[in-house]
Amino acid sequence: MNTRKIEILVGLFVALGVAAFVMLAMKVANAGISGNGETYQLDAKFDNIGSLKTRAPIKVGGVVIGRVDGIRIHPQEFVPVVSMSIDKTYECQFSDTTSVAILTSGILGEQYLGISPVIASESAKQTCLGNEVSTQDEVDLDDLFGVESLALKDGDTITDTKSALVLEELIGQFLFNQSSE
Amino acid sequence: MDFLQKLGHKTLNRFASIGRATRMLLGALLNMPNVRQGTPLLIKQLYMVGHQSLLIIMVSGLFIGMVLALQGYTVLVGYGAEDSLGPLVALSLLRELGPVVTALLFAGRAGSALTAEIGLMKATEQLSSLEMMAVDPLKRVVAPRFWAGFISMPLLALIFSAVAILGAHLVGVDWLGVDSGSFWSIMQSQVSLQQDIMNGLIKSFVFALIVTWIALYKGYDCVPTSEGISKATTETVVHSSLAVLGFDFVLTAVMFSS
Repeated sequence: MNTRKIEILVGLFVALGVAAFVMLAMKVANAGISGNGETYQLDAKFDNIGSLKTRAPIKVGGVVIGRVDGIRIHPQEFVPVVSMSIDKTYECQFSDTTSVAILTSGILGEQYLGISPVIASESAKQTCLGNEVSTQDEVDLDDLFGVESLALKDGDTITDTKSALVLEELIGQFLFNQSSE
Repeated sequence: MDFLQKLGHKTLNRFASIGRATRMLLGALLNMPNVRQGTPLLIKQLYMVGHQSLLIIMVSGLFIGMVLALQGYTVLVGYGAEDSLGPLVALSLLRELGPVVTALLFAGRAGSALTAEIGLMKATEQLSSLEMMAVDPLKRVVAPRFWAGFISMPLLALIFSAVAILGAHLVGVDWLGVDSGSFWSIMQSQVSLQQDIMNGLIKSFVFALIVTWIALYKGYDCVPTSEGISKATTETVVHSSLAVLGFDFVLTAVMFSS
């Protein structure tokens, strides 16, 4: 076998080794850049996020539609803000009255975000998508009640949130209620 | 009396052997061939020792990762904790299985070949001929093989761990239905670069030193007959496997007991 071929194969071997190290360092030990498909961003403020972690799944009725992108503290209010990236196909589908809760899968399982969707009205969807609204002949439910609801688009914040259940607080509340009876 | 004499004889032989091994290693390390002459020799040996071990390392890595995922899943799913499959697989691979299994496979695949090659060189008096031509066989034959082994094994261990984790992902996520995001995110939150990956790497450097050293010494010191070579090859595999397992315990106790 000639020298050039041997050198190429050794180069391949070393490159594979380095690639393995990079993969272990980035993908296994630390967050790397990953993700597939187009997403849009939503934020949600919580009082307590429990042990929610980045990249935790976001589910609607058990079906994964996105991932937790980052968790940070709100600079003024000092409450945790969870940013979510959700599949682009669901942009402008949910109304801003949609609620989101931190739930736990199984008794020892990991925590995830569950969204209870409220479907946005047709006019809100169109406004959100940037289309002209033509609602002359339609009778919109929102108009009847005089409430104006909007659809959630990229960068919006969900206000209706339910924090994680913390076992100690739960027990504390239970004991408090017991003693007051 | 006879017993005492035997014991003393064996002890002295053992020490003499350790001394010869150390002298060979130091001779190989101190008489480094210069860069221009040494690099082609090193590359040839990297090909023989490293690249040719790639297939067995990757295939066994893939299957060990898949088996780990399968076994881990059946236990974890009973507690509803199958999301912890990622850290289970990654930690056991990076800390223990990666360095150790790579070293064992390396001893069988490359160590035995090194011993047989150098033993046959000795038996056919090629090493003596080199000395006749004023070429130091430690410099020309042993040193490139030592460095090739020392460089290759950590790389092979990294490749082993990476392929095994991908194999575990294949079985755990694609087949058994663990959530992909949980698999990676919990793994990332549990595995640390310093504590786990670097310590595993240090382990495989130590194993590389041990296995390559034993393999080269057994070949260099063998009885130059066909029987002697076969005995030396067997001893290489047995001794380096035992040494790797023993040192693994010591290193683990030092690194992870805290």
